[in-house]
Amino acid sequence: MRRRRRSSIAWWLVFLVAFLYFFVPLYATLDFSLKAKPAFAAYTHTFADAKFVGSLLYSLVVGLLTIVASLGLVVPTAYWVQLRVPRARSIVEFVTLLPFVIPPVVLVFGLIRVYSRPPVPFTHTDLGSTALLVFGYVVLSLPYMYRSVDAGLRAIDIRSLTEAAQSMGASWPLILWRIILPNIRVALISGAFLTLAIVLGEFTIASFLARPAFGPYLNLLSNQKAYEPAAASIISFALTWLAMIVIALVGRGSRTRVQVGGAH
Amino acid sequence: MTTTIERSVPSARPARRLPLAWLGLIPFFLFAILFIGLPVTYLVVGSFQNNQGATTLQNYQDLLGQNTLRSFTLSIEISLVTALVGGIFGFLLAYAVILGGLPRFLRGALMTFSGVASNFAGVPLALAFIFTLGQLGIVTLFLKGVGIDPYAEGFTIYSKIGLELVYLYFQFPLMVLIIAPAIDGLRPEWREAAENMGASSFEYWRRVALPILFPTILGSMILLFGNAFGAQATAYQLTSGTLPIVPVIIGAQISGDVLHNPGLGYAMAMGMVIIMGISIGIYTLLQRRAERWRR
Repeated sequence: MRRRRRSSIAWWLVFLVAFLYFFVPLYATLDFSLKAKPAFAAYTHTFADAKFVGSLLYSLVVGLLTIVASLGLVVPTAYWVQLRVPRARSIVEFVTLLPFVIPPVVLVFGLIRVYSRPPVPFTHTDLGSTALLVFGYVVLSLPYMYRSVDAGLRAIDIRSLTEAAQSMGASWPLILWRIILPNIRVALISGAFLTLAIVLGEFTIASFLARPAFGPYLNLLSNQKAYEPAAASIISFALTWLAMIVIALVGRGSRTRVQVGGAH
Repeated sequence: MTTTIERSVPSARPARRLPLAWLGLIPFFLFAILFIGLPVTYLVVGSFQNNQGATTLQNYQDLLGQNTLRSFTLSIEISLVTALVGGIFGFLLAYAVILGGLPRFLRGALMTFSGVASNFAGVPLALAFIFTLGQLGIVTLFLKGVGIDPYAEGFTIYSKIGLELVYLYFQFPLMVLIIAPAIDGLRPEWREAAENMGASSFEYWRRVALPILFPTILGSMILLFGNAFGAQATAYQLTSGTLPIVPVIIGAQISGDVLHNPGLGYAMAMGMVIIMGISIGIYTLLQRRAERWRR
């Protein structure tokens, strides 16, 4: 018993080190953001900054578009692979793992080189650049989305559900929308919020595509102001935290394992 | 048509419909070709061309030049150190909350927090560490207060060791997330069986637990390696590009031709993809090995 107690102290020590390492930088940022006079000035300035609100909204919209596009691509594909072409599983999985192999900086390098000249000059217009940004983010989201959706589909009996729906005359879009989607919503929500967290914090792709997103805004702000970047960092951290809490809440009590690993 | 495939296809479906079913995957593959395949192909082709567009291997020879080689060794070193330290510490931490006898609620809190921290990167992360360990950071000031001046000792957060400290912030939470299921999979029966046969705690670890966990631990560390190797934003923000790791050089190359040779830029990008490819490949192999122990 004594031995067990001593080892428990060692584990507490490990936890304490981790706790300090986790929270001291956060505390330091919070502390610094509160040093501006008058109290909370850094926060009121930040929220009053049109560029802050604008870039955050921009990133949120891009995040939502990414989620919709990614789900639209991944759900039918994962469903179809499980139902009809199990032979394609390994190659589809391989493709969804490619974004792990191609770092964002390399991806955006290639995207800019291909899509900045005729016949497809995406980067010549704002709309085109934003579209390219969304496509880049869909690529980044593929590994998380696919695994999440695939695990969700495995947990339910899609074959029986599909056959039952078909025997009642449902069309393919109707089956996906009314039968499959509601049954894998935990997987969808966690995949979606993880994607949102990634998009909100992303810097590399947005910055090289010269998009007015939240990451590049923070970078610009940190070169210009003293206290406001700290406040904006705390806000950005709070948003990530919010996304993760949603994932944890919807994932609770579900049989599907929820994935929250990060991408850099 | 092999029997293994027929098993999962309803027998009522005629076999001739099988190739048609592949058509359903066209949107996915089309997207992958347009936004993964084409950009990478462009870089691959470009890496084999010189400035005049003639085919050459010169760019890959130039990779061995002093500056690019230094970038790669620096990147690899930082990634290795943070993967190793983050991997070991992440493992210990996950073990502490799962099997170390700590209160159960800490586990859920740690998992959620790890999700947040492993996604915390770039500007906010770099700033947080500047406020902590920068010249006027609270830890620096605290250390000065007790008589240790890290900056007088030659430490700076804008250096290699500084960047490694920052990377660990997302590295070991990621380790916690990947390794937790494997630690969960360690069955109490295995430990009881070992103890019944008279094994000490050390022997149990050396002969049972570690051999089972080893592929997962190694695989996870390799994933951490890739995670650090591909990271660009944090280093860029922290060191403003003064620490020439590979992603930062490639970033500078995108903005302007800093290498004075586009082909060399493409070759560097390919070098990155190859190193990432090798690490993810090994990870997948190890993962498959580790799955033998799960049911």
